[in-house]
Amino acid sequence: MKTFPRRDLLKAGGSLLIGLAVAWKAGGQASDYVAFATGPDQPDMKELDTWLAIHADNTATIFIGFTELGQGCSTALLQIAAEELDLEMTQVKTERLETHRTPNQGGTVSSASVARGGPKIRAAAAEARQALLKMASARLKAPLEVLVVSKGIVSISGDPKRSLPYGALVGDKAFHLPFTGMAPVKNPGDYKLVGTRIPRNDVPEKASGKYVHMQHVRLPGMLHGRVVRPRGQSAYGAGAKILSVDEGSIKDIPDVQVLRKGDFLGVVAPRQWDAVRAAQKLKVTWDTKPSLPGSTGIHEQMRAAKTMDSVLLETGDVSVLDRARHVVRQTYKGPYQAHAPFGPNCAIADVKSNAVVVTCSTQNIYETRRKIGEITGIPVENVTIRYFEGSGTYGHSCYDDVAQAAAILSQLARKPVRVQFMRWDEIGWDNYGPAHLADIRASADENGQLVAYECHGWQHTWSVTETSQQLALGTGPAETPGTGAQGLNPVNLGSMYVIPNRKLVNHRVPGIQGYLKGSFLRSPLDLSFAFASEQTIDELAYLAGLDPYEFRLRNMKDERWLAVLNAVAKAANWKPRSAGWRPSGHGQGIALGTHFSSYAAAVAEIEVDRSTGKIVAKHMYGALDAGLAVNPGFLENQISGQLVQATSRMLKEEVTFNQTRVTSLDWNTYPILRFEECPEVTPIVVQRLNEKYSGGGEEVLSPAAAALANALFDATGIRLREYPLTPERVRVALRVVA
Amino acid sequence: MASELKIRVNDRQWSITSSPDTPLLYVLADELELNGPRFGCGLAQCGSCSVLVDGVERRSCVTPVSAVVGKSVTTLEGLPAWYAKRNGLATAPNLHPVQQAFIDEQAIQCGYCYNGMTIKAAELISQKPRATGAEIRAAMNGHLCRCGTYPRIAKAIERAARQIAEARK
Repeated sequence: MKTFPRRDLLKAGGSLLIGLAVAWKAGGQASDYVAFATGPDQPDMKELDTWLAIHADNTATIFIGFTELGQGCSTALLQIAAEELDLEMTQVKTERLETHRTPNQGGTVSSASVARGGPKIRAAAAEARQALLKMASARLKAPLEVLVVSKGIVSISGDPKRSLPYGALVGDKAFHLPFTGMAPVKNPGDYKLVGTRIPRNDVPEKASGKYVHMQHVRLPGMLHGRVVRPRGQSAYGAGAKILSVDEGSIKDIPDVQVLRKGDFLGVVAPRQWDAVRAAQKLKVTWDTKPSLPGSTGIHEQMRAAKTMDSVLLETGDVSVLDRARHVVRQTYKGPYQAHAPFGPNCAIADVKSNAVVVTCSTQNIYETRRKIGEITGIPVENVTIRYFEGSGTYGHSCYDDVAQAAAILSQLARKPVRVQFMRWDEIGWDNYGPAHLADIRASADENGQLVAYECHGWQHTWSVTETSQQLALGTGPAETPGTGAQGLNPVNLGSMYVIPNRKLVNHRVPGIQGYLKGSFLRSPLDLSFAFASEQTIDELAYLAGLDPYEFRLRNMKDERWLAVLNAVAKAANWKPRSAGWRPSGHGQGIALGTHFSSYAAAVAEIEVDRSTGKIVAKHMYGALDAGLAVNPGFLENQISGQLVQATSRMLKEEVTFNQTRVTSLDWNTYPILRFEECPEVTPIVVQRLNEKYSGGGEEVLSPAAAALANALFDATGIRLREYPLTPERVRVALRVVA
Repeated sequence: MASELKIRVNDRQWSITSSPDTPLLYVLADELELNGPRFGCGLAQCGSCSVLVDGVERRSCVTPVSAVVGKSVTTLEGLPAWYAKRNGLATAPNLHPVQQAFIDEQAIQCGYCYNGMTIKAAELISQKPRATGAEIRAAMNGHLCRCGTYPRIAKAIERAARQIAEARK
């Protein structure tokens, strides 16, 4: 039975929430669950004018449904549009995302801005060009075939004096044409802009300090708000129940109002510092009961849970597994990890009696509109969401939670309210990337050919009720419904190898009682999958007496997987492990992985201090094939960032909690990789001019993480089955071996 | 509660109405409406809010505004002028060489940490124009970046230092 999402309808707050994702196909590529909030007052996706406008000054505005997150999508999508329209980059711009105005393309998730957004923009631009040429043909009285375009000026081939700019053809008026998606697009061989390293349009202002992040937005007359919550969440199902609030405890702080709705508590004040200190000083008694197993008990609790089980994939017969020459069988554990955006989330809400405007850093404006409608009771057609880029969030951090908090406080205060989460709110009340447990076994024959592979994985899925709503309205905690639930990712569990007998079983843990809130964190769960799977492959290579790179080559056929593996091995100057290999404290590791689309491989070079157990990542290499690379420079920047972030997540990051609440609350208790710990990085882009665009924002994380684990074995002869690979874990393992 | 503090920020005198214990960050962000220093942790752990106080990098989130009375505060906005003054240039460039290097290296992703990165790098180069790669990494170690742009930041700082040295020849 396949439980990957097909189409799922959930009646919610007067609008429909539709989950769409491509069903996973054996050997193919899939995509994540993506929430498309439908509802009234959305631009008509079947109108050409929804996608772009041509102005009288011969420039164009492209309406993009994806958020700039520092990944460069607002430039890359303009590159695609300018290419098809035959405009220069200086002639195209985009507009801030806003409900009612910009197209609903779902969330900016799954590295999909170019993969999913690119084809639409390309088709719309091509169709607009076609329409413009028809107009020019009539005005110039010349057949279409003789028209050429350069910099938005249509002229007759061989007679450049007879010309008309786009601006004169339609200038600032609507096309009033349906968007059919049928216009022919350019041949990639003719590209002048796509595939080149145009610099990002957001970088100069980010460097000068003129860029307006969400945290910089100011509204006249706004109050500053802060939420008041326990430091660190309890179990998702436990919420946070208020027993008493002592307003007298902050009577020395001027002009502060304490506002409460249900168990949602906040303070507002004209001055930010007053709100900040009032939120810290306000004496609140919370009904605190143990609701969690503690971070060290989480995996056993998951194994013991009454799970919903499904076989995601079964090929051949894995009962032959144990009869092969080389067999490995291990259990792997991954921790909860936090988004931990560098600047905590921020939002401003201005709630009027029957309308609300919220500015925030959501990755999905229409979905946030639905949530703001729910929390305020205002019909969604009267809810406006305006996007401002925040600090890099890497998935579903607290952007919706803070937006709802601002809306609640604004509704209660009857004034615009700006809420910024404190560091402990952001890390302590995050929707974490869930913990994972895997039992994996695999085997290979005497020639080093893979025979069978079986993986059982346990994890809970995404929490859908935001904390503010849960506390304010008493809305029950809920998880993504069955068909939309995130489970094992078959693509990262052996699909890159030829394995005749393979079985993947998903054990969905009910994640409400006894678990933390969870949601998608960059390359959801893939680090855990690759950590387990690619160490298993490495171990078989060792048992078969083969170099791990060579072993992988023997078991692969797919040309695109082979290309990234060979590219990264070459860049890293991979040295095959010799027969006389002994752990030297210096190690190299190699691994494959992706998210859903694209193909990636990584090599890690590390040094291990045997006395302290500290792993130093010296150099990380990552190769990525993301299909047609619209801007290889952006992909290189993404690969570099992922190599560093993977090092951070694999070596350092873990959300800790006791039986009552989360104890990771700041950068000391949730440490991330620091400057001096940062490896050198080498990004490699495998350009595929004739393939579809696919994701580049998360695909290198999982192979990079697994390569580090494999490098640890090469350096020390030990394998860790649980990450992060902390000095303590390394030390303990080395002691056991000794 | 109006105070009557006067502080000097980016070579201009400001009268402040915030209470003296208010962290400098909130004064800069809310009273002066500056966008350089920004909230990251409020705990002096990340470097997001950094400013220069008499040329030395300070965390404005834990520095009471009263502590900078009589001193000279420079934010990201005032950095090119501060650089010009220290180097005896007649006019301030549009950008400090470190800012220009961040653009040249296309180092930035979300950009939120770049206030602190820029301030700290400017301080470092002003004190140690020939900082080695290891010295740069050590100096920058108190500044975090979630996007993982450290390698390009380090390259950009080296580039800026080189350019400054060449300009002085």
